[in-house]
Formats: sequence, structure tokens, C-alpha cells
Amino acid sequence: MPEGPTFAEPAATALLLPFAGSRRELAEYETHGGYGSLRKAVGMSSQELVDEMIASNLRGRGGAGFPAGRKASFLAQAEPRYLVINADESEPGTFKDREIILRNPHALIEGVLIYLWMIRGAAAYIYIRGEYAKEASILEGAIAQARERGYVGAPLLGTDYVPEIVVHRGAGAYICGEETALLSSLNGDRGQPTAKPPFPAVSGAFKRPTLLNNVETVATVPTIIGMGGAAYAGVGTEQSTGTKLFSLSGHVQRPGNYEMPLSATYRDLIEVVGGGLPEGRSLKCFVPGGSSMPVLMPEQLDTGLAFEAVVAAGSMAGSGAVIVIDERTCMVRFALRTAEFYMHESCGKCTPCREGTRWIVELLRRMEAGLGSSEEIDLLLNICDRVEGNCLCVLGDACAMPVRSHIRNFRAEFEEHVTLGRCPCPDDAPMAELYPPLLRAPLPMVTV
Amino acid sequence: MAELYEAIQREIAKYPDRRGAILPALHLAQEHYGWLPPEAFEAVGEALDLSPAHCLSVASFYDMFFLQPVGDHVVEVCTNLSCALVGSDRLLRQFERELGVHAPGTSEDGKVTLRRVECLGGCGWGPVVMVDEQYQEHFQPEDVAPLLTELRSTPRPSESHA
Repeated sequence: MPEGPTFAEPAATALLLPFAGSRRELAEYETHGGYGSLRKAVGMSSQELVDEMIASNLRGRGGAGFPAGRKASFLAQAEPRYLVINADESEPGTFKDREIILRNPHALIEGVLIYLWMIRGAAAYIYIRGEYAKEASILEGAIAQARERGYVGAPLLGTDYVPEIVVHRGAGAYICGEETALLSSLNGDRGQPTAKPPFPAVSGAFKRPTLLNNVETVATVPTIIGMGGAAYAGVGTEQSTGTKLFSLSGHVQRPGNYEMPLSATYRDLIEVVGGGLPEGRSLKCFVPGGSSMPVLMPEQLDTGLAFEAVVAAGSMAGSGAVIVIDERTCMVRFALRTAEFYMHESCGKCTPCREGTRWIVELLRRMEAGLGSSEEIDLLLNICDRVEGNCLCVLGDACAMPVRSHIRNFRAEFEEHVTLGRCPCPDDAPMAELYPPLLRAPLPMVTV
Repeated sequence: MAELYEAIQREIAKYPDRRGAILPALHLAQEHYGWLPPEAFEAVGEALDLSPAHCLSVASFYDMFFLQPVGDHVVEVCTNLSCALVGSDRLLRQFERELGVHAPGTSEDGKVTLRRVECLGGCGWGPVVMVDEQYQEHFQPEDVAPLLTELRSTPRPSESHA
């Protein structure tokens, strides 16, 4: 029968997951120094903690890369305030937060407690995607152990502050990873994004000031408080400090999560730790940071993993999900499968996204079926331009950016579908059975 | 019913505003009924002091809530990019052949509902299949028949899957 995840040996530079296997028991975590940073943090003021975070120059690990210390400093002072942890990991290709929860759940809980103390939050809500049922129960177990130990639900380490943590399961909606959609969902409404302002720092969970951070960002905080912000800033590059988890998948010998210093390159990740492509295959392109990002080409393998390096290469580091694509893969299919996902996940609230993603899918389906025309390739680019930047949240951009990149980088492949009147790929090419020739008849309007 | 009402009340206690408990309440109702029939929205609405229509509007937003009856077991195949690149397309078709249905659909004997789903977050260990909310990774077409044999002889999971 299929086996569960296998975890790679950590690199010597690892800070967040510096061990093989898992440490789910609180006692085991404490044996290795766990909750030491919490004790240190409780001796520090809120301002000192924020300053330490700013000194670390930690950038948010959820995708946007916003400086975490500055974000914390924006939080409105009115009470009660809430902390919300975004564990709704859903960007295709991303499975790093799951690894943290499976292997080192107490690092997240310790980070939550430090954050809670820093903002004197009334409670923390960990919004975890509904599909992560096992991970939710691991977190419940870790919180129960922390509660037993007196870290949760009781005055914290001799202070009069009582932290509380709640695990809140989502129910299957990509958009709930977007902060305002997540908060709509937590507040009991459909998980649709809302216009900003008001920003969550002023009105978020239960309409109160809310600080919202990704799992990896929060789980990194004990490391920063432990080693000091300045020391943490010494790892990685000047603008992208520390280490980060990268989720490696697709056509690669050793897929998995790897913790890399942000001074490393995509070549280090894909070829050195990932073992390169399977025997006899060659690299066509790779997704550098989740399916919504433009692809990078083989000649860009030496691009750094740092946020600024990926931007300079014409894409974005996003969530750190790297998908390796070999030469057999049809990029029309790849674009179509990407666009179908965003169409499915569009919340339907604003027109450019709701209609735009649907038209992008329609045109790509025609293209893959061999019914497209050269004009429709330009029409696709035109729709991408009309969607991007015109939506309430970034979901529309997330569909337009990769589709535009696939056309720009592989236009000849799209043209070949037009001139041949069919997909040029052999029957055993990836995704062939999702788009079989027999179904390549004129298609009805799609339904979600 | 009283049991479901009590379980929802325990969830409500975790939130400063009872509306926040709507997702936990819907999860509990689905565990209770096996899917979300109209009476589930009556029950959740009553416990949360919300209209059943609001509860339905929320439930219909999410992929994990079943607004129609499902089989005793639910098998969900990820066909997003990372899994599709490593063969989940063939896996999905193998499930369809073995079950005699197109996804989404339920086998004639009512035992297994097959769904095609988007990224489950197991991308490095694909293809990923979720069986009754539990992940099975590195799943291959030859694993399909043994899994279905096992599911056909196993009753519906009645308690929480977590």
C-alpha cells in the first residue's frame, strides 16, 4: 500500500526543522530547548519583541513576503485584539506548513504564544484548511499538552496574562488563504474577500484588531527570539533573511520539503538536494513559487531563492512551491489545468475574475482541442491584461500571470496546436488522460 | 439531535461571536447526517441563532460540504498540477473504470463516491488520494482495486475522521 511522507535529512543550515523525523511530544521538544524562547520573550516588553522581529528582517512566509515585524507594529491598540494563524495552505504545489505541523507542531504553538504575549491577544485562532484533518488533530494534541503544562489557558509563566488557542478547521476553499476571505470565513460568512480598508489590523476577526500570519512565519519566531534578531538577519541575503521551507514537486528525483538558506539558488534546490530530473528527462521550465507565478526557464536555474532575486528574474518567490516540469509536458495543458483551478476557486464576487477566469479556461480548452486560432492566443493575452490588477483580491492575477507567462515563453507550442488542429503530444505525455482526444469535440460552456 | 446541539454549543464557547462557530457546526452536522440535508441547516441555524438559509449559503461555498447524499465512503483524487504531472490522470480513470462511474459520482451499490478535487497539499508525495478524509500518498493505479475491495467491506465511518 502507499506509504506516508518520507522526510529528508536536514541540512546543517536548518533552523526551523533541524532534525529528521518528528518531535510531536512536548517533553521531547523541551528536551531540545523548546519553550526556552517563550520564557525569554515573557521577560521582554511588547516593543522589545517587535524591535527584535524588525531586527531579524523576517519576511512573511505566506507568499507576499511583507516584513513581519512591521506588520506587527501596525496593529491597532484597541482591545480585545486577536491573533490569527493562516494554516489554509492551498496554493498548488505548496505543502510546507503541513510539514511543520506534522514534524514540529510545538514550534508553531511556541511561536503563537510569543506572538500572543507580544500583542496581549485575547486569543489565537489557527485557521487550518479542512482537508488537513490529521494535522488539525496533531495541533489539538499539542495544544492539550501545552495546556497541561500550564502554557495555555492559565496565567503565563508568572504573569497575569492568560493565552488561549483555538484550532478552527476550514472546509475546502482556496480563497480562504487570502486574509480578508479567511476573516470573512472565520466571522461566519461565505469566504469572500472584502475591500481594504478597513485593514485586518483595525477590523479583522470578530471585527476586532487582528494580526494575521502564516504558519511558517510564526513557527520561525522562537528561533529568532532564541538566537536574536540580528543573528537571524545574518543568514540568507540582506533583503531576504534566514532560511525558508521550499516544497519541491513535479518531475524531480527527490520531491519533498527542504529548508534552504535564502542565499541558495534554484539550482541548489532542484539539482543538488532534489537530485535533478529523473534519468533521461530534461528541464523544460519550473514554477518558482506556487502555480500563480510566471515560470522560469532552464537558463534561469542560477536565480537566487531570495524574494528580490526571483523578482529580478521576472517572477515571484510566493509560497516557495517549486514545480519541476520536464520536456514532455504540454504547456497548453499545463496552462489549462492552472486556469481551471483558479476558475473553480474564484469566489464569484467581482466580475473580472469570475468572468475572466472562465473565458481563459474556455479559450485554453479550445486550444488544447485543436479548435483554437492565432487570434485567440492574442485574445487570451488580452483577457489576462484585463483581469490582472482589476480584481478585489489577487486571485484573478493568480490566473492571469501564469497563463501569460506560458504563452510568452512557449508561444510556438500554442501555435502548433492551431496549425495541427490537435495537441502535438504523444498519448503517454503528462495529463493525457485528463484531456483525452475523444473529449476534444466542441465543448459546452463549462460549469463549476 | 440533542447530542448534535450539545456538541455545537461546545464549539460556540470557543468564539466571542457564535457566528464564528458556523464551520465547526457544519462539520459536526455532516458527521451526524453523513451529508447536509435541509434538516441539518435547521439544526445548525437553531443552535447558532442564524437562518437556515444563511447556513446553506455558507455551506455551499465550500467543497467539503455535501449538499447531496454520498456513498458510504468518499474517495477524492487530486488532479492539480503536481499530482497530474506524476500520473493522477491515469489514476482517476482507473477509479472510474473500477467503479463504473464518472467523477463526481457514486457507485451503483452506493458504497463509494468518487470526486476529483484540487490541490490537497501533498504535492511532493503524489499522486494523493483522500479516502474518508485520510490521505493516501504515492497512490498508483494498481492500488485502486485493493482499496475498493477494502472499502466495499467496511461500514461508513460513523465518528469523527480526525
